[in-house]
Amino acid sequence: MNDVRRSSPFLRWLARAWSWLFLLFMILFFEVWARASFNATFLFNPTNIQSILLAAVQPLLLALGQTLVIIAGGIDLSVGFTVGLAAVVSARVMQNFDPLMPAALSFALACPIALLAGLGVGAVNGFLVARLNVPPFIGTLGMYGVARGLGFLAAAGNTVPTDNPVNSAMGNGFLFGLIPIPVLVTAVVVLVMHYVLSQTKFGQYTYAIGGNRQAAVRAGINVTRHTMQLYLITALLAGLAGLIYTGRFTAGAAQAGEPTLLDSIAAVVIGGASLFGGAGTITGTVIGALIIAVIQFGLVFINVQPFWQFIAVGLVIILSVLVDQSKSQVVKS
Amino acid sequence: MTPILEARNLTKRFGGVTALNNVSFELFPGEVLALAGDNGAGKSTLIKCISGVHLPEEGQIFLEGKEVRFSNPREARAAGIETIYQDLSLADNLDVGANVFLGREPMRRRLGLPMLDRAKMRSEASTVLDTLDIQTALDRPVNALSGGQRQAVAIGRAIYWKARLLIMDEPTAALGVPEQRKVVELIHRLKAQGVAIIFISHNLGDIFAVADRILVLLRGSKAGERKASETHGDEIVKLMVGA
Ligand SMILES: Nc1ncnc2c1ncn2[C@@H]1O[C@H](COP(=O)(O)OP(=O)(O)OP(=O)(O)O)[C@@H](O)[C@H]1O
Ligand SMILES: [Mg+2]
Repeated sequence: MNDVRRSSPFLRWLARAWSWLFLLFMILFFEVWARASFNATFLFNPTNIQSILLAAVQPLLLALGQTLVIIAGGIDLSVGFTVGLAAVVSARVMQNFDPLMPAALSFALACPIALLAGLGVGAVNGFLVARLNVPPFIGTLGMYGVARGLGFLAAAGNTVPTDNPVNSAMGNGFLFGLIPIPVLVTAVVVLVMHYVLSQTKFGQYTYAIGGNRQAAVRAGINVTRHTMQLYLITALLAGLAGLIYTGRFTAGAAQAGEPTLLDSIAAVVIGGASLFGGAGTITGTVIGALIIAVIQFGLVFINVQPFWQFIAVGLVIILSVLVDQSKSQVVKS
Repeated sequence: MTPILEARNLTKRFGGVTALNNVSFELFPGEVLALAGDNGAGKSTLIKCISGVHLPEEGQIFLEGKEVRFSNPREARAAGIETIYQDLSLADNLDVGANVFLGREPMRRRLGLPMLDRAKMRSEASTVLDTLDIQTALDRPVNALSGGQRQAVAIGRAIYWKARLLIMDEPTAALGVPEQRKVVELIHRLKAQGVAIIFISHNLGDIFAVADRILVLLRGSKAGERKASETHGDEIVKLMVGA
């Protein structure tokens, strides 16, 4: 115990703050590069910031739910195609109802129906993992396939366009001409999730289940119900990401969320969560998602071949796990 | 006087193994019952049937004369039964306060929203650990604590919630000699307050230091029950090995 106090305060601070510092470093790096090579600013251009935040919306929405699931010792591989399913469903609903009713009403119908489609996937995930004790990796991998197939079937193998003006206004509008509405929605979700995880019994039980499932059961926590709820939350947020996709691109597509599944897990890991469960925070995940978005946008911005982003993000994931391991040594030793 | 707890003919099987076979006993307020028996004799299984972890296949449990049937540990805790498990049941990633209050967190309002009252959890945890004379870092996850300190957290949790019946499965096993003494002292103190205690130990010294009665299990069955004042170590050992 005394060792904990003996380990240098600077090291402990560094272990906690490294992801913030890393984000800061990335931004500085691109700023310096932009100024040096084409005399432009990276950070002080609102369009750049809007683009980065918009790019972060989908992986972050997926990562927020994923954070809770991972803290509780699980994982959800199905979220990517749940996004696609919800995107296709919302576009289909609007295609069918737009001729019958005002655009606002048709959009208002599409939202809950698309979210329900997402929740359907989450309910099956939760049932498999919590009630039937299927390992999360396997159960949600199965639902990855199911959601993927359903999405493409509902889309008849194509993208599903919709010209609903309310939908496109929600996807592409700005608050005060500055903050993209999807970013605003995501920010609200971030605040809610941060509150839930850090301040409520629900959040506390999520950590307890990931730390020691048996202890949680013996403490009287309904672990089965709690686990179900976690997968429903992830699926709900994936559904929301699907709605936002259809809004931004005025079309639903079954593969809408495919590329961001791994980004979302990467964001959670970079944010300091443990894939063994028990650790993680919403702020960490937000930083992780921003780091990925900054790298991806920044490399394009400085005209590096886009393929470098895969390498860069991959290296950051490995780096973050290494930092995490030395962190637990700093804390424990 | 009605016993605070009465178990009648409890039987628990795991597949082909009969871990507990037709065991009955009574326990009165302020009384300490020690469970003795070899490894695998069924001691932990017996107390798990009482604390709601296992549902016995046969038999009945009466709490102050009323039959109860706990289908989960929450119901047992709500009825005033606190248990310290052999494998402790701490969430290693949470701090001391969070573990003491796990499942029953105090809340407060801030900015109009209900929030966990971490300050209260920490200060109450610190108070209860003080009564055990244990000093530990309260702001670290409990996996940074020593075995004895972790034990103290588990004991602290049980006494904080003012159990009517306290079940302790080998509470002294991981402890150094001074801490073992403290646990024995604590049991005497709780006993004086009228708490009934079931105490499992492999240490006959500890058993004779605290127990009023000793129940010996042998391969899941009751091998015998003796008043501590009317028996001695040799007789208990003979019962344990079935000689
Ligand atoms: N969950 C379980 N599933 C299957 N078998 C079990 C389970 N729990 C206990 N058993 C079996 O029941 C028997 C009694 O075990 P129990 O843990 O009650 O013994 P014990 O008296 O507490 O032993 P120890 O002194 O080693 O703690 C053993 O044969 C054990 O293997
Ligand atoms: Mg045992």
